Amino acid sequence: MTTTQKQAQKPSSGIKLPPPQAINGGEAVAYAMRQINPEVVAAYPITPQTFIIEKFSEFVADGIVGTEYINVESEHAAMSACVGATAAGGRAQTATSGPGLALMYEMLWVASGMRLPIVMHLCSRSFSAPLNILCDHSDVMGMRESSWPMLIGASPQEAYDQAVVMPTIAENKQVLLPSANVLDGFTVTHSVERVEVLPDEVVKEFTGEYEPDIWALEPGSTATFGTLDANDYYFEHKRQQVEAMKNSLEVVRTQLNAVGELTGRPMNLVEEYLLDDAEVALVVLGSSEGMVRAAVDEARAEGIKVGMLRIRLFRPFPVDDVRKALEGIGAVGVLDRAIAFGTPGNALMQDLATSTRTMPDRPLLMDFVYGLGGRATPKQLFRQAVDEVFKMNESRVEPDEPAYLGLK
Amino acid sequence: MDKRLPIEVRWHGRGGQGVVTASRILASAALKGGYYLQSLPDFGAERSGAPIAAYTRISESPVIDRGPVYEPDAVIVLDASLIGQVDVETGLVSDGTIIVNTANPDSPALKRLRLQPDQQLWTVDASQIAIELIKRNVPNTPILGVFSRSVPVLDIDTMSHAIDELMSETFPPNIVEANLQALRLGHDQAQKIEAGVSANV
Repeated sequence: MTTTQKQAQKPSSGIKLPPPQAINGGEAVAYAMRQINPEVVAAYPITPQTFIIEKFSEFVADGIVGTEYINVESEHAAMSACVGATAAGGRAQTATSGPGLALMYEMLWVASGMRLPIVMHLCSRSFSAPLNILCDHSDVMGMRESSWPMLIGASPQEAYDQAVVMPTIAENKQVLLPSANVLDGFTVTHSVERVEVLPDEVVKEFTGEYEPDIWALEPGSTATFGTLDANDYYFEHKRQQVEAMKNSLEVVRTQLNAVGELTGRPMNLVEEYLLDDAEVALVVLGSSEGMVRAAVDEARAEGIKVGMLRIRLFRPFPVDDVRKALEGIGAVGVLDRAIAFGTPGNALMQDLATSTRTMPDRPLLMDFVYGLGGRATPKQLFRQAVDEVFKMNESRVEPDEPAYLGLK
Repeated sequence: MDKRLPIEVRWHGRGGQGVVTASRILASAALKGGYYLQSLPDFGAERSGAPIAAYTRISESPVIDRGPVYEPDAVIVLDASLIGQVDVETGLVSDGTIIVNTANPDSPALKRLRLQPDQQLWTVDASQIAIELIKRNVPNTPILGVFSRSVPVLDIDTMSHAIDELMSETFPPNIVEANLQALRLGHDQAQKIEAGVSANV
């Protein structure tokens, strides 16, 4: 059983939990933000992120959270405000989706280059045109090289659990990078489910206060942020970011374990399902994992030894964990929910191909594009993918081109 | 184990009728009943008056399907004028229940429903109840009363608690009270239609 399927174990910390709530992913994130109580939240409303900032601005208006809420004029300004607030020594968060993230793009790199531990909740959405407000991972893939650690959850519960852990990753002194909590637009943001929350004081203690070593408004500080750095040390600063991203991987592992102890819901960098004796596997990101698991169960019932790997930590890509999980597997189907136009493989396929290329008996890989623009992908389509991967394992021939699941 | 679970419900209505709220109230009632739940709007750009759908799932184990409900155990139609325009009965399981808000159980619209022998049809004039008690045509709470009677998974008291809690967050006590009365009236006035003939049961 994987994490989301499991009933919550009794937290080993022995803390008394409040009663579970029927809330959606957006509200669950807002709930965590209230408990974390950042100094600044700056955001611009965009579907499907809207639940987060509607709920959070209600908390602010009702005076139950002390955050300075800035209703900015654009997402570029939202991220800029977070950059300013964090450089000034405050803890800042924002939330956005698809086109909003695109408008923020310049500032994503400014935030990571200045090493400012901002937390963003990204409610994944397609890019226009044609106009589409629904879920795919085009925006997620659009920021994958911007030096932000990125965690992708699969449910409202995980959106909450990850929201609690995010500041402790971003602000770790070995990391100091802005970090993203990704939740699938609509299928997580709008899905009302049973969500178990931690008591306020437990979250407060777990996330602590943001205590920067260097900040712009420190009395007597001579620190400067984002100054001109032409061909003298720009290269070296980027090389430092490489180390910070590497460092973040073990920090994420430690912090996921720590929050898992509190909640009784273990979270890992990658979540495995029935991989131990599997001959073939599907690899997936985010909330589609439920239907992939259902397809795996169905195929298993017919004697096909298939398993599933869900990647939670998308950046930095957990190469060792992925390789370990796929050891001994003959063929893997990679499920991509975005197209990387004109590239030799879509984003997750590229990551899998690069990660597995030096394995002694690397699994054969086959790419599937699914679910673009919110296209529903029922169990039968993932089952079809299982069958195709199974056939590839027998023929031992990898296709050059991706397959498109559910394309009309 | 409750043999009736898991159950999947599909809601049909028009923007402004409270479809998404009703689905959410049902999900909250499921939480109160000690179950896992999910309430999911069908995603589009919602506009007042446009046909919209929502889904509710109630289960004894965590819900892992976050897609549309294709084979509902129950279908709830908040606006009978959708029958014929939207394929409301599609996929309804062979012994499923369909609940329609209508003033006229003998209306030709209901005859257009293609129902199988073991599928149950229930009606109620939820709009009339809503207009009378809530002073607005929001038929969602009376129809939840019909649901608690025709699909006996969550009793009327559990439903009542859920409405009270959820609506008290945003509405004044008199509106909440009107909705609670509407819920009970819907429950009491529900009619089971036997093979195309209305019969008060």
